[in-house]
Amino acid sequence: MIALFFRDLKLSVRAGGGAMIGVLFFMTVVAVIPFGVGPDLNLLARIGPAILWIGALLASLLGLDRLFQAEREDGSLDLIMMQETPLLLAVLVKCAAHWTATGLPLVIASPFLGLFMNMDEGAIGATMVTLLAGTPAITFIGAVGAAVAVALPRGGLLVSILVLPLAIPVLIFGVSAVYAAIEDPAPFLPPFMILIAITLFFGVIGPVAAAAALRHSAD
Amino acid sequence: MSESSLAIRKFSDLANPTRFLALADRVLPWLAALTLLVFAVGLWLSFATEGDYQQGETVRIMYVHVPSAWLSMMCYTVMAISALGTLVWRHPLADVSARAAAPIGACFTFLALVTGSLWGKPMWGTWWVWDARLTSVFVLFLMYLGLIALNRAMDDPSRSARVSAVLILVGFVNIPIIKFSVEWWNTLHQPASVIRLDGPTIDPEFLRPLIVMAIAFTLLFFTLHIAAMRNEIWRRRVASLRRQAARNAGREQLSP
Repeated sequence: MIALFFRDLKLSVRAGGGAMIGVLFFMTVVAVIPFGVGPDLNLLARIGPAILWIGALLASLLGLDRLFQAEREDGSLDLIMMQETPLLLAVLVKCAAHWTATGLPLVIASPFLGLFMNMDEGAIGATMVTLLAGTPAITFIGAVGAAVAVALPRGGLLVSILVLPLAIPVLIFGVSAVYAAIEDPAPFLPPFMILIAITLFFGVIGPVAAAAALRHSAD
Repeated sequence: MSESSLAIRKFSDLANPTRFLALADRVLPWLAALTLLVFAVGLWLSFATEGDYQQGETVRIMYVHVPSAWLSMMCYTVMAISALGTLVWRHPLADVSARAAAPIGACFTFLALVTGSLWGKPMWGTWWVWDARLTSVFVLFLMYLGLIALNRAMDDPSRSARVSAVLILVGFVNIPIIKFSVEWWNTLHQPASVIRLDGPTIDPEFLRPLIVMAIAFTLLFFTLHIAAMRNEIWRRRVASLRRQAARNAGREQLSP
């Protein structure tokens, strides 16, 4: 299982893997926003956390369709399904590797983009912490979509459409936790706890459903 | 033989599509006639009862809005049960049922959203607000459309059924959120006023047409659902006959 983790990590970081494209896309999305709403620094500081969250959500959806598709194309998916360890565990490990390769760079890149958005230190810290807690949930939900669409010839766009409605609660509680941290009267912990609960919940549901979908789509 | 195993055998008898078609042919005209009758009574009641002292005539939107909103959730529940039937019991009609229910559910959800929007403009002063109930129903609508898109993307019906069954079950998380969104969050949308522990808080003047319309909408759903399932079975038969014909045509060309 550890070997699988490092194999996936190497594959996605090295040439042709496309892990860095996610970060690049994240930066582009965030950089486009000031052109759209204008360079008003106060406004940017107010909507900054929401922009960072939406950018991170879209960027982590970007690479999801490759989660199982490359393995299916070269046949290693069948090997993973036939081996002794349960498929459930393999899916979980693959999700973890995918998150380390694409989700973690987004979290690391978010403070710098926060500076572009004229956010203060508290807001940047809160955004980073909530992204760290929330992006795994997006990966787990996305694993279901990727497993469902693995048999499709052109599943990429469909994965995004199927996954986005389910990822909305993550976005809602992530952004509301950040705003609770910035604005004084609202407490930070309740929305943050719910965010962590969502991540844990989908950490269970996601691999189970993804493993079931993979097994059924393999004839 | 015990009663329950008899019921199970009756249920699995329906797994034969031909038997289901025979039953559907017998049931459908009656169901359609009953639907028409209840709709006639419901519509007459809706227009014959008095308007609200505050909302005036616009209260009649409720008689369409509330039943279609109920049905949008019930339809997803039917799909989730069918998805369970596909995955657990491998019931051959379950995937037909889930596939046929998706467009109907999308239509009812769309109807609920549109009538709610038309009702919101005079009452709340806005077409749309991003409150919990409205947003979660909108998410439900998006999920219906995503499921329809997924069903259409795969050409092998049995495989697409099993895969979309997984997705239906994951998406079922949304249904309790919709149901309780008006209680968990403080929303502009009013809390439940018909199905409550302490009895309905709505005046009988409005409750009577509402109940009749709800029954009419439910009957309409089952009529459409059975008809759609029948069409789906026929469509699959036509497709397999065409495939057979194409195969035979190829063989005849090769043989001489």
